Amino acid sequence: MATSDIQLDPKVKKLSIIGFSGDFDKLTAVFTLATGAAAVGYEVNLFFTFWGLDAIKIKQGRSPIGKGFLPKVFGLFMGGLKVAPVSRLNFAGISPKIFRHLMRKNNVATLEELVEAAKVLGINFYACEMAMHVLGLSKEDFIPEVKDVLGVATFLKLADGGQTLFI
Amino acid sequence: MATYRLDITKEHCPMTFVKTKIELSKLKTGDTLEVLLTEGEPLENVPRSATEQGFKVLSVTETEVKGIHRVIIEK
Repeated sequence: MATSDIQLDPKVKKLSIIGFSGDFDKLTAVFTLATGAAAVGYEVNLFFTFWGLDAIKIKQGRSPIGKGFLPKVFGLFMGGLKVAPVSRLNFAGISPKIFRHLMRKNNVATLEELVEAAKVLGINFYACEMAMHVLGLSKEDFIPEVKDVLGVATFLKLADGGQTLFI
Repeated sequence: MATYRLDITKEHCPMTFVKTKIELSKLKTGDTLEVLLTEGEPLENVPRSATEQGFKVLSVTETEVKGIHRVIIEK
């Protein structure tokens, strides 16, 4: 997408989030804010970069994706949404399982449910071109809802006139 | 003209809004959606955001169950 292709409607309320973290709890914050905003009428842009790219990988578990040896090793250790660790007290991956259990028990949407809701609500998913290049990833490694691969200039243009968060 | 019903009394943020939005998107002009919701954030914000998105809030009434309200929204 070129910045000249972007048509902005100044009347539309807009939230743009840079999803930098691949942590379970921070991704939960990203998708809670995103779905809540979309549900009350905001246009929502999610721009995933670095560890945040884990959230939109088509292979949700540990998989050696990426071009080249080092990217494959990184891909294997980083994994995807299903194996996202919590940012504190992860206890070798036990805590995310406990959180998922507590969320279900308390009738709070799990991370997976929030991601599905984000797709249904038509939230715009974007991936960072530079981080993908470093990690040897291509657009085909991501879920089909990823609309485009962007750089900073295009993201700033998309976010212009709205609220922007970095998580 | 159809009437849809939605109970979000057991839901929490953001699914209260998400489920309402998804139901509202099914409405055709003249259809109504009856939403059962709790006091606090859902009661304050579901009618407001429906109005902001161009829907008409016909009524907001408390049900026979204390703290549970019925909101009727029309497209």
